Amino acid sequence: MLPRFWRKIKYRYDLVGSYCENCQSFFYPPRNLCPHCRRRSKIKEIPFDGKGRVLSYTVVHDAPEEYKEEKPYVVALIELENGVRVISQLVCDPEEVEIGMEVKKAFRKYGEDGNSGIIYYGTKFVPDN
Amino acid sequence: MKVGVVSYGTYIPIYRIKVEEIARIWGENAEAIKGGLGIYQKSVPDVDEDTATISVEAAREAVYRANINPKDIGAIYVGSESHPYAVKPTATIVGEALGVGNDFFSADLEFACKAGTAGMQMCIGFVRSGMIKYGLAIGADTSQSKPGDALEYSAAAGGAAFIIGKNPIAEVEETYSFTSDTPDFWRRELQPYPSHGGRFTGLPAYFRHVTSAAQGLMDKMGLKASDFDYAVFHQPNAKFPVRVAKMLGFTNEQIKQGLLVPYIGNTYSGASILGFAAILDVAKPGDRILLVSFGSGAGSDAFSIVVTDAIENFERNPTVWDKVNQGVFIDYGEYLKHRDKIRM
Repeated sequence: MLPRFWRKIKYRYDLVGSYCENCQSFFYPPRNLCPHCRRRSKIKEIPFDGKGRVLSYTVVHDAPEEYKEEKPYVVALIELENGVRVISQLVCDPEEVEIGMEVKKAFRKYGEDGNSGIIYYGTKFVPDN
Repeated sequence: MKVGVVSYGTYIPIYRIKVEEIARIWGENAEAIKGGLGIYQKSVPDVDEDTATISVEAAREAVYRANINPKDIGAIYVGSESHPYAVKPTATIVGEALGVGNDFFSADLEFACKAGTAGMQMCIGFVRSGMIKYGLAIGADTSQSKPGDALEYSAAAGGAAFIIGKNPIAEVEETYSFTSDTPDFWRRELQPYPSHGGRFTGLPAYFRHVTSAAQGLMDKMGLKASDFDYAVFHQPNAKFPVRVAKMLGFTNEQIKQGLLVPYIGNTYSGASILGFAAILDVAKPGDRILLVSFGSGAGSDAFSIVVTDAIENFERNPTVWDKVNQGVFIDYGEYLKHRDKIRM
């Protein structure tokens, strides 16, 4: 678990995605190969701006044990300004969320391995007021 | 060569709890507490926020406003007394989240509520010596308090980040520190909550150190209180900074802009520097600011800072007061959940 999380830290702490210079497509999570251009792909890693809007969402009432404290919480499908779609927790009152709502990235805790294990951090979204 | 604050960013969690709500649980008189401390409410972190997340958010705002390449940051110091790990530096998390790379000096600092200003002094030294281009100093806390203790009315959460470098928006003219072994407030290893000396935290601790540091700085520079346009002192409650300002000859007008504690509580390592950031939000070129932090144990760092012309083209919105004035009020039960005080 430790090395698996550590390898992805860069992409979780910030929205670092990839860009194909051949067909101008953006990807998140980052890809090593462009699915459109395949062997002609020219992949470059780039940080995304972190602003977007809600395309759709769901409110989780029946949460896994480690997320019980946060329920009910919102999980949203978010379209970033470059067209990339990400699924992320949206930290806000479930009454507040609506389709089309403008959101921005936020650095938050994902969870932790109990009281003596490591703490997992990463990107979530919050309303962009 | 002017060295000082090139950029700054702040973060205050949106949740608030009122003094009345805490007093209701412990059967105390809210009006007497509000009168005694001058605090009406305090900020509370969300369940997924801690000193690392507050540090990253404040630092991101600072980097965004500075419009610099994060890779030019050569040092990161995070001052806090609530680092998420006892062993594993918060500064490493900040560096990774900002995309600073791996080529930077770094450590976590701890000196009660003055660890953030200690980081600023270290960065000033690094920049002046030419060892780095920019240094990032952060003071942030999600301060702990024992349920039912007097500290519970004030222990809050928030932080501020400063990028130190050349061509600043606010030049640090001089800094001076006053340090002594004074056991006014402490937390022993493995203890979840700090202990304090009650009234002993006043005269021999806060007032002695803050006045000595401020006076020492002014003597060193040949300045007096009226030479400053603004002053900001560490603010564990609203009474102490107001009283210490009076003792040093400052007026209420000089300290008003930086006095945030009535509305967000004591943000510990963030307290004096969030107030300083609120002053930078409105300061004009040529304004001189006195910043004095205080860390229990005990010590004070004093700074004389002069705002430069560069502040006029600097993005200062949203302001610190915008963030202070927002708020979602929660009750004591939700507060316990947010502060992870419910054992399941």
